[in-house]
Amino acid sequence: MAGILAYIAQKNGIVDDGAADFLAAAKKIDAAAPVTAILTGCEADLESACAKIRGMFGETWKVANQALAYPNAELVRKALVKILPAQSILLVAHDHFGTDLSPGLSIKLNATFVSDVVDITGIQGAKLTLVRQEFGGQLSTHVRCDISSGAVLNLRPGAFKAAEAAAVNGTIVDKSAEVGELVAGRRYLQTIAAEAGDVDITREPVLVSVGRGIQEADNISIAQELADAMGAAVCCSRPVVDAKWLPKSRQVGTSGKTVKPKIYIACGISGSFQHLAGIKGNPLLIAINKNSKAPIFQVADLGIVDDLLEFLPELTGKIRELATVSGKERMRP
Amino acid sequence: MEILVCAKRVPDTSENEIELNSAGNDIERDDLVYSINEFDNYAVEEAIQIVARVGGTVTVVTIGGEDDEEILRREMAMGANQAALISDSAFEGSDGKGIATILKSFVQKGRYDLILTGAQAEAGGAQVGGMLAAMLDYPFASLVASIEVLDTKKLKISREIEGGNKEISEIELPCVLSIQTGINEPRYVGMRGILQVQSVPIPTLGAADLNVDHAVIGESAARVKRIDYFIPALGKGAKILEGSREEVIDQLIEAVSAKGGLK
Repeated sequence: MAGILAYIAQKNGIVDDGAADFLAAAKKIDAAAPVTAILTGCEADLESACAKIRGMFGETWKVANQALAYPNAELVRKALVKILPAQSILLVAHDHFGTDLSPGLSIKLNATFVSDVVDITGIQGAKLTLVRQEFGGQLSTHVRCDISSGAVLNLRPGAFKAAEAAAVNGTIVDKSAEVGELVAGRRYLQTIAAEAGDVDITREPVLVSVGRGIQEADNISIAQELADAMGAAVCCSRPVVDAKWLPKSRQVGTSGKTVKPKIYIACGISGSFQHLAGIKGNPLLIAINKNSKAPIFQVADLGIVDDLLEFLPELTGKIRELATVSGKERMRP
Repeated sequence: MEILVCAKRVPDTSENEIELNSAGNDIERDDLVYSINEFDNYAVEEAIQIVARVGGTVTVVTIGGEDDEEILRREMAMGANQAALISDSAFEGSDGKGIATILKSFVQKGRYDLILTGAQAEAGGAQVGGMLAAMLDYPFASLVASIEVLDTKKLKISREIEGGNKEISEIELPCVLSIQTGINEPRYVGMRGILQVQSVPIPTLGAADLNVDHAVIGESAARVKRIDYFIPALGKGAKILEGSREEVIDQLIEAVSAKGGLK
């Protein structure tokens, strides 16, 4: 079988913290195969990223080029097409960059492409069996792919858990000369940082989070009332922002904020991986959803199968009642 | 600007609980409500808004069977100028590359400045736009969150990247963009609007019309094949609180209080 390589994204010299996960995934394809890391960029950023990665991978391919100072997927694709051996298996993170890079790269390499791979369950000859999810994680599928002419596999971040990786003293191979001049039809201009909102949900210990199940803009107030009663803040999943019911600054997930509360109450949220990836710090995760099969129930600590629009006001009422009672008790001489 | 939007009809996950069929090889498709893939609907709305600003036409295309025509009519009711249905039994079982190959043949029969797809559909492949662009040698950008027409040769776009940040780029035309949800607010389409376009002819094109090479499409050419569906077993699963609503609320308050969640 051809070699396994992993494209490790770096920005400003900081490498993707999932770099070791590629080793775990590669082991599931071929436990004995060495894995080569590929990093692109230029100058000090690239050097420091390569220095970190060579402690994890036996061989690190460095592609230095001024045009790659910012990771423009079209330029990275052109560089990779020049350096990848035929029939390679290339592992890439399934994130905004992998989505930009890999489908087109697979065409140029005439390699098989599979996106958002969550597990690798077996290989027989050139047939690799992978696990993916469909319908926002409601169902999984086994996918069989023919990798005889190579493959580009986009791996879901966090799906392949790296064991404690042994430190290695790897070598860095400079592939820059093979790449030549790079030009693209797309030119990076700048990055605009996310707007700070009225509430910083990343600092809130208790979050009441609403999803599509809240159904309409007017119902946001039901969640806000619960949050007010609890001294919590309201955040949300992507569909609520898409519908403009709450500002982007309240969105939790890969394309929103990463939060680390003590308690996270997910109301009417199905539980896509993009949303769950934004919840860190292992909070008490409570899911309220009327669909008992919602994927959120697989990862939540406590589940309540009920109609939000009825359940939340009753919960709020009860919490207010308790607050009033305990307040009176405190006032007693 | 001549804009092509590639769309797909999918089971509507907001209207259905997606379940396994009894054989475990497919989802239960009886009584399923279908609609246009949400991402594609945003793409059509974006195309209509661009044409309203700079002129041109919006064409919507889908690959499928006669049932799929309903989404084309829906998008025409929204304001797309024309539509085409690509349909041939030879296309069945195509993988993402096969679909991109068929679309490439369609694109080459026309003359489009801009091609839009949804960022992904129900299977989460997020692949057809990028593949199509590479086949055409057009520039590509995924997860596009805004489009501004600079002139007849280029656009200024933003992509949604990590942490809610936006990556701003210029991209040359013709190009392919995959559209993220939330880029706009798709207009409402009523029954009346759909009835108004009910008799507009929508051409159907097959493999012969598109000169598609049979060796690269359909099930026999697919290098990626779904074998089954199954219910994922992730994590330990939530402890489901049982009892009357009042009892559930009491248990919940207890758990939240124990974590210091009530002030």
